[in-house]
Amino acid sequence: MRMQTAPSTAAAITPAAAFRRPSRGYWHTVRRRLSRDPLTLGCAAVLLLLVGIAIAAPWLGLDDPFKMSMIRRLKPPGYQGHLLGTDELGRDMLARLIFGARLSLFTGFVPVVLATLIGGGLGIIAGFTGGRWNMVIMRLIDVFYAFPSVLLAVAISGALGAGLLNSIVSLTLVFIPPIARIAESVTTQVREQDFVEAARATGASGWRIVQGHVLANVTGPILVYASSLISVSIVIASGLSFLGLGVSPPNAEWGLMLNTLRQAIYVAPMTAILPGIMIFVTSMCFNLMSDGLRGAMDIKNG
Amino acid sequence: MFRYFLRRLAYTLPIALGVTLVCFALVHLAPGDPISAVLPENASASVVQEIKAAYGFDKPLPLQYLIWLGHITQGDLGTSIKTGRPVAAEIGPAIANSMLLAAASIFLAFVGGCALGAVAGYTRRHGVDRAVTAVAVTGVSLPHYWLGMVLIVFFSVELRWLPATGMGGPDLAHLILPAVTLAVIPMGIIARSVRASVSEIRRQEFVQTLYAKGLRGPQVLLHVAKNVAPTVMAVMGLQFAQMLGGSILVETVFSWPGTGFLLNTAIFTRDLPILQGTILVLAMLFVFTNLLVDVLQMLVDPRVKRA
Repeated sequence: MRMQTAPSTAAAITPAAAFRRPSRGYWHTVRRRLSRDPLTLGCAAVLLLLVGIAIAAPWLGLDDPFKMSMIRRLKPPGYQGHLLGTDELGRDMLARLIFGARLSLFTGFVPVVLATLIGGGLGIIAGFTGGRWNMVIMRLIDVFYAFPSVLLAVAISGALGAGLLNSIVSLTLVFIPPIARIAESVTTQVREQDFVEAARATGASGWRIVQGHVLANVTGPILVYASSLISVSIVIASGLSFLGLGVSPPNAEWGLMLNTLRQAIYVAPMTAILPGIMIFVTSMCFNLMSDGLRGAMDIKNG
Repeated sequence: MFRYFLRRLAYTLPIALGVTLVCFALVHLAPGDPISAVLPENASASVVQEIKAAYGFDKPLPLQYLIWLGHITQGDLGTSIKTGRPVAAEIGPAIANSMLLAAASIFLAFVGGCALGAVAGYTRRHGVDRAVTAVAVTGVSLPHYWLGMVLIVFFSVELRWLPATGMGGPDLAHLILPAVTLAVIPMGIIARSVRASVSEIRRQEFVQTLYAKGLRGPQVLLHVAKNVAPTVMAVMGLQFAQMLGGSILVETVFSWPGTGFLLNTAIFTRDLPILQGTILVLAMLFVFTNLLVDVLQMLVDPRVKRA
């Protein structure tokens, strides 16, 4: 028997309360709050557009992002059909920025997804079993939490060596501890609730309770927190490429572009800072969207 | 009070031990042999064996860990594979430079963050509050290494006011740009938390009582400040510690000869003892700064002790 869960209590309409407007449930409220929040919607639109353009990049009729030209290096925006100018090897900046969105969004997004699955799982297990397992898992998490995040990312990437896969691994390891902590604290709170007690009394198994109650209550806070991490992840992932620890040239990636254009900062300062604007706008949109979601979903912890 | 300190210490020590384990694992996690970087391509098996024995890499891992742990407790962090100098001697000056940078930044972040946050929390006027919140959000999502580049473009390339990179002796001019760059994120975070706690404390009844008994604005502000202090201190301590480890990107942009710079060189020359030593020292600083913040917070705010 599936028990009713706390946030989605749809009020049953009794004859006495028939003329009162029925509550339409949690998600309805969330949607309504979001629809009245132009900032969050705007950010979501910008991000959707960015993802759409990144996916559609090969079919947009852009210049080849890898085609170099020694005579057209570091040209200013608008030069011979190069809308945003060219980089230090004469490649079209617009094409590289758009193709760069693919790798930058990918390396920012994937670690958070992986960390959410792993960290969320660990946190739920720790919170739900409690006792000794909680102790073991959470102390292990604490050790990784004892490193400043950028340092841990650089340390692991540095030890493993440069590369896309290694930077994803290192960022995943960086984000597991904070997510696991949130998952653990919310799960522990849920475990104490009366409805879990009730479910246990009706004979529901542990797995059943996790499925029906814990997940329903934990998913929201974890997802909202994870969405706020995407912003951090994009900044740190680009930072790793900026240090030369991410994808290798000649790939287009915003952090790597900043790195290679750094030498040109005196010659073509405006071109050199362009990739950073992309990182900044993307990170800011994720940040604001996550704030909006947190407000709309009325989540305090996480 | 002493018992609280002991309890916090008892919690910190196992974590510190775990940190050493992670740092040890880093080197053995690295692909290839830790010593492959120093060996010539055609080294014979006996030479390899000899060098392995010299560095102690021929012993079983748990034993290697214990020996290494024994050494680091005596302040011996090993020898740099590239320069042959003790790791501690290489890290020392770098840490000092990073500390100088972090101290300057946290000062800027503290002044700016408190001012912004207090104004926002105090006025509660929509416009001002919104503006401060916007600055805070911007600060948090800014890629700070990029901000460093932008500042170089404006203040060094265009205006020619300040030097772009390097340290050039202990002068202020070289410190300004990197310190400002590094201060932006913590300033946003401090402003946010000051704003939240100021507006929360101002709603409490004792503030009304203070006004009722005839105190003027500035005097009340003093009382509010006293109540905000523990929160601000905690946030500041955390940010300072994060900065020590997180300045690697900014140090690279400005060629600041600190720990970040050292780490960067160590990574690209595969100098694993330096990499390991620097990370260990920075992580330990982080752990113990957190401990210090907790203890200080308890001294300022006795309520923490009971929690």
